[in-house]
Parts: sequence; structure tokens; C-alpha cells
Amino acid sequence: MIQSIALNIAQLAFVLLLSPLFAGVLTRCKEIVQSKRGPSVLQPYRDLRKLFAKNERIPEDSSWLFRAAPYVIFIVPLIVTLLIPVLTNFPLFFAFAGDMLGAGFIFAISGMFFTLAAIDGGNPYGAMGASRTRMVGFLAEPVIIIVLFTVSFVASSTIPYIVQQHWVHPLANFFAPSHVLLLIAFFMVILAETGRLPVDNPTGHFELAMIDESKALEFSGRSAALIKWGGYMKFAVLSIVFLNVLTTPWGLASSASPADVAIAVALVALKILILIAIIVAVESSYAKLRLFRISEFLAAAFVVSVTAMITEILHL
Amino acid sequence: MTQLVIELNALVLGLFIISTIAMTVTRQIGACMLIFVVQSLLLAASAFLLGASPFSWHLFALGCVTLISKAMIIPWLLRVLTPKGNYYRRELSQAIDIPTTLLIALGLTFAGYAFAQHLVRAAPNLSPANISMGFAALLVGLLVLAVRTEAVPQLLGILAMENAAFLAGIAIAPDFPLIAELAIAFDVPLLAFIVALLTRIAYRQVGTTEVGALAALREGP
Repeated sequence: MIQSIALNIAQLAFVLLLSPLFAGVLTRCKEIVQSKRGPSVLQPYRDLRKLFAKNERIPEDSSWLFRAAPYVIFIVPLIVTLLIPVLTNFPLFFAFAGDMLGAGFIFAISGMFFTLAAIDGGNPYGAMGASRTRMVGFLAEPVIIIVLFTVSFVASSTIPYIVQQHWVHPLANFFAPSHVLLLIAFFMVILAETGRLPVDNPTGHFELAMIDESKALEFSGRSAALIKWGGYMKFAVLSIVFLNVLTTPWGLASSASPADVAIAVALVALKILILIAIIVAVESSYAKLRLFRISEFLAAAFVVSVTAMITEILHL
Repeated sequence: MTQLVIELNALVLGLFIISTIAMTVTRQIGACMLIFVVQSLLLAASAFLLGASPFSWHLFALGCVTLISKAMIIPWLLRVLTPKGNYYRRELSQAIDIPTTLLIALGLTFAGYAFAQHLVRAAPNLSPANISMGFAALLVGLLVLAVRTEAVPQLLGILAMENAAFLAGIAIAPDFPLIAELAIAFDVPLLAFIVALLTRIAYRQVGTTEVGALAALREGP
């Protein structure tokens, strides 16, 4: 019991404390690829400290939504963290409280609050960003649903801890054509959902071209810090789902001993760093898509995911 | 050992079908060609894997021929012979818009799988998945041919269809007569050579290689 709680806290701490580092590494690597030096990998921590210390300003006409949204955005990735295998490959406390579809719904709550708060702030760019995010979101939705359905075909379950075991027992599942198709589709969705490059430019500062970031323009001080941190954690959580549940379910702790958990922390962080290297390669080689081409990007993801499903059903 | 070969082959097949679908949606000739190279490498990989156990000289020969002619000579020929400048990076037009193309590609993949089921049952074969994926990729290659309006991507569509046919073929007839291997070694680069030359001349005369634009007669420059 106490062990399980300790492991849950370790999972939360892993996501909470290391997610800004991953964001920092990603930025730094991208700058290095562009032959620049780039900010320190610790820059996101400094940003957060700075923002927490600042005064907060709230638009006069905004409602409670605007004040509540940052907290929701901050807490939601932490709730999802409890449902997924972050460090252990045996189920913890809340493992059966919600499946992957449930985690998707929980993320939808934060998306809804963010959208409403962006409109509530009264900034025209906020409303524009909100509508664009919704566009990307509803185009990504079918892909996520089909990926999860295919996963449930393979593993007869949508509980992440059970799915994870099915890719490696037997190992043939891991090499199945449907698996690699699924991974590509899900990777494309991660890029779209976290506002990475072919879809949205995370370093862009031009309001008219922003998709994700313009929603946060009106937030300041602590709210801005919470939203930023929530964004880092969302990226970390989606990467962990991608890596630990779908791609490489290796390197997780199989017992609750502190040594095992420590090794798992290092290995999972290493896996995320490798994923970051791949994302850097993708981001450095693609230009941002025009807004109405995003539908093509996600249509491609959709077709890949449906191909995966057909391939799986026909047992190819 | 054999089990591992089958598993790796399945992985290669998944990537093969992806690369074929990707070919229908890329907007640049350069990217299209890169995908073709990847596809050829995957075909060679599948031939090597299927040829490894039980050992088959023919499949190894096919893999080598594919590697040399399709992954090296053809891209090189096309690079050297087709027009220079931004020809490779400029955006291509398509007969049908990309989301529709993708949906058609999905339908064709499904149809390919369905057709192949009969063939899988009818013919003794090494790997049923090869036949299904090969058929699906064959139909998607046909789609590339149909939706592209430029000469070089259309040629790549034909070559993609050929790759797909071989992918299915190596599972049905692992012991090709040598003549088939020689045919792809000489025929296909020749085809690429001729089309590339034609493209070059057409580009110099007309300023475009869009097939639709070449339908009307026009005086020289």
C-alpha cells in the first residue's frame, strides 16, 4: 500500500519535475541543428520561476473560467500520469480507474477549458487560436480513436498496462505491420496535438500564424507559468504513452525496489531524449504547413491508422 | 531464426505499404524520388529476408539487382538527365486534391488485401503477407500514376507498381528464372533513361513537364 503510493508519487514527480527539462533539451537541440548556441537546457525552469514571481493581470470582463483554466490545464496531465505506466510495468493504484480512451477524455477537459478561457480573455487572437486548435483537434480525433480501437483489437484491452505487455509477449506482435503503421499514425498525432512543427511553429512569435500559443497570450504571472508547465507536461505524458505503452515497453521497473525504479527513471528519460532527437530531425527538415494543408497532414495520419486497423483485422 | 525472419519481414512490409501511400501525397519530385529509393530498399530487404531461410540464390540475386538498379542507377539517371534548377523542389499539382487521394488510396489498400486473399489461398507461397501488401501497393501505385500530372512522378508511379508486383512475386515464385532478374536489371533503367531524356527535351521546348499541358501543339521557342 505505502509502496504503491510512493511509486505513484515518484511517477508524478518524474513528470512534474523533468518535463521542463525535456522541453529545454528540445529547444537547445533545435538551435544546435541550426548552428546556433541556444538557451541553456534549464531555461524553462528559469522561465517558470520568473513567471511565478510576477504579478498577474486579469482582463476586466473575464469570468471565473479565465481564472480556473490554468489550474485545470496544470492538473490534467498529472491525473493522466496516474493512469499510465510511467516507471513501472506492473499496475499501480489507479491503473484500472481509466483506460486510454479515458485519458483522452481527461485531456479533452483541459482542451475545453483552455479554449473557453482563451475566448473569455477577450483578446481577438485568443479566439482565433482557439478555433484553429479546435480544427486541428477534431481532425486528430478520428486518428486517436482508430489507433486506440486497433490497439484494443491487438491487446483485447485499452488499459495501458495490459496493452504494454501485448507488444512483447509474443515478440511477433512487436514486428507486426499493423504495429509500425500505428506508431507512425500516433507519432503524427503527437506532433499535431502538442503544436510541433509541420502543424504549428512552437517558436513562432507572429500572432496571426499562431495556433496553440495565441490562446495563452492573455495570461500572465502565475497563470502563464501554470499553462506553460501544463504544456510541458502534456508533451511529456503523450511521449510516455507513445514510448512506454505503444513503442518500446522495455526498461520499466518490474519490482518496487528503489534501485529498479531509479534505473527505470534513467531509461525512460533516455527513451524520451531519443524521441526528442527524432522530433528535432522532423522539425528541422519540415517547414510549417499552411493552415488548410493541416487537414492533409492529419488525413495522411488517418489513412495510416485505418490501414493499420485493416491489416490487423485481416491478420496480415 | 526463421521466426525472426518472418517478424522482420512483416516490419519491412508495413514500411513498404506506408512508403507507397506516402508517394501519392508528397508534393515535391525530390521527396517522391527519395520515397521511391526507400521503397526499393525495402523490397530488397524483403527479398534478402525471404531468401535467407530457406536459402534461395534467386531471391538474393533479385535483392542485389533491385539494390543496384532501382536504389542507385535509376535515381542517379533521373537526377542527371532531368531539368536542373528548382525542378525537384517546386510544388507539384495533382489531378485530385490530397485528402481525396488519400481516401482513394485507403479504399485501394483494402481492395488489394481483399483480392489477395484469393491468391493466398490458391497458390502455395512463402509469405501470405507479402502477397497482400504487394497487391495493395500495386493498386496504390496505379493511383500515383493516375493522380500525378507530371512525367517524372508518373514514371516513379510505374516503378512503384513494379516494385509492388515483385514484392508479391517473390512470395509466390521464389525461384524466378534468371531472365526475370536480368529483365529488371536492364529494362527498367532503360525505361527511366528514355523517360528522363524525353522529360528533358519537353522541358526545354515547352518549359513544363505537365502531361496535360503537353496535349496542345506548340511551336518551338
